[in-house]
Amino acid sequence: MGMTLTEKILARHAGVASLEPGQIINAKVDLVLANELSAAVAISVMRGMKGAKQVFDPSRIALVADHFVPAKDAQSAKLAKVMKEFAVEQKIEHFFDVGRGGIEHVVLPEEGLVAPGELIVGGDSHTCTYGAFGAFATGMGSTDIAAAFVLGEVWLKVPASIKLVYSGTPGPMVYAKDIMLRTVGELGIDGATYRAIEYHGTTVDELSITGRITMANMAIEAGAKNGIFHADAKTIAYVKERTERPFIVEKADADAVYERVISIDISALEPQVACPHTPDNVHPISEVTREDLPVDQVFIGSCTNGYIDDLRIVAQMLDGRKIAPSLRVIVNPGSQKVWMQAAQEGILTTLAAAGCAVNTPGCGACFGGHMGTLGDNERAISTTNRNYVGRMGSPKAEIYLASPATCAASALTGRITDPRTIAEIDIPVRTSSHVSLLTGAYTE
Amino acid sequence: MESSLRGRAHKYGKNVDTDVIIPGKYCNITDQTELGKHALEGLDPEFVARMKPGDIIVADTNFGCGSSREVAPIAIKGSGTSAVIAKSFARIFYRNALNIGLPIFESAEAVDGIESGDEIELEPASGVVRNVTRGTEYRAAEFPPFMRSLIDAGGLVPYVEERLANQS
Repeated sequence: MGMTLTEKILARHAGVASLEPGQIINAKVDLVLANELSAAVAISVMRGMKGAKQVFDPSRIALVADHFVPAKDAQSAKLAKVMKEFAVEQKIEHFFDVGRGGIEHVVLPEEGLVAPGELIVGGDSHTCTYGAFGAFATGMGSTDIAAAFVLGEVWLKVPASIKLVYSGTPGPMVYAKDIMLRTVGELGIDGATYRAIEYHGTTVDELSITGRITMANMAIEAGAKNGIFHADAKTIAYVKERTERPFIVEKADADAVYERVISIDISALEPQVACPHTPDNVHPISEVTREDLPVDQVFIGSCTNGYIDDLRIVAQMLDGRKIAPSLRVIVNPGSQKVWMQAAQEGILTTLAAAGCAVNTPGCGACFGGHMGTLGDNERAISTTNRNYVGRMGSPKAEIYLASPATCAASALTGRITDPRTIAEIDIPVRTSSHVSLLTGAYTE
Repeated sequence: MESSLRGRAHKYGKNVDTDVIIPGKYCNITDQTELGKHALEGLDPEFVARMKPGDIIVADTNFGCGSSREVAPIAIKGSGTSAVIAKSFARIFYRNALNIGLPIFESAEAVDGIESGDEIELEPASGVVRNVTRGTEYRAAEFPPFMRSLIDAGGLVPYVEERLANQS
């Protein structure tokens, strides 16, 4: 019987010729990831383990400070310190402090730490992002990560696979984010629980690496264990530019068995928006804008949409314009490298000139940690991945999830806006940022 | 693991996510008791004040969906909650709960047969869920053999310790 892409990778890492869904395996890991929150707990668990003196391989662990950095408070500083000291003590090769890394899932592929056919576990649910490169990658909690630190192995239940086959060319202002939001809307937030998602079809063949990252990243939003693409020439070129490490490109068998096969034609897909308070409450933009929805904060960034391609789209739309006086826009380039690239291209200046606050890379705003927390009764539109109650701060705030283009359009008008209408809207180019909050009028 | 657990039920709906179980702003806390003070704060801010040690959380499908934060089950445990009964659990939460020793029970029938305030008795070893108030009894889904052996060994940590001992 044939195997799916996920089954192929798991079988090789478990040292077995074949396996089937539901089977429990012990699999060798190629890389174990943690951030300062999950690492601090994992390190404390490891310190309490009898016989656990060192990590299985200091070159196969990545530690990235990204959630509460630059440290929000003394407690956060302590967690980052615990991780740093551990990295020094254990001679961890891939340790990224603030200023030298960024968001873990943006950093690891950039640094060549992710390659096709590999098995990666991380102390963060969006570890599934690396499926974009044809790797099996899944998120776990800190105790599991501690076990992986010392054993270099994890136990896994082999997931059944759901095959998603996309066809059609995206229309104007329709991006990978819109396709994935629609997908989560179709599957539901527990529609792929305990399952692997395998992405197929001409649409995703044409997608950029960044687009695939956005889609793999949100597999967890449908509850999936992992979301995976087949590596192609684009993937191999991306990875080979960043590492000389050999890797094995796996391919699903022609007679692989899928639990479900779902065809999705995106030809007529509009930009999509996930409305409060679940990521599967997804509606086409034309439906959402029937109601006037003024926005208090626009957020651009995260492991879903904090890449240079995303910032280019936003900068193009905001170039020479000013954001609406009624709101604030916060931009977090996903990594230090993305930040520098954006600086070189003049993107950061364009965004700042439009009135955006450009932050240092990090996860803070996305999970309600710091650097962009929402207050009571505020409404945000965001390029992030979750909109649960309280996700970005106050439980009384509303979060809408959308693509960078839809967020940029909304930033210009001050309300949730269809990006396809932006060329038609007359947005005054303002020269001063002094604005009366009461009247919305500008003073020179 | 204790032979039986007893407490009053606090019932919630489906998709209780980790952001409402323990909001992100508390994720830099490592102390279990301190985390417990904020358990379910995003969903039911009165939960911690209302509940008594030993009480039981009852929920519909997909309990614990969202992030991988291990502090979610730790906060529930830290609040004094003795167990969670749900129709189903999200994958990472399920692993985390087993790893940190928060008893979980999967049973759609039990959830349907329990209302908030009911007195519930649980037997972790056998998976028996007894609704003392209504005089009904249910049996939760059995753990797969591998997970059962992990639980019986005392969790993942003793399992790893044994592996390490065999390596040396």
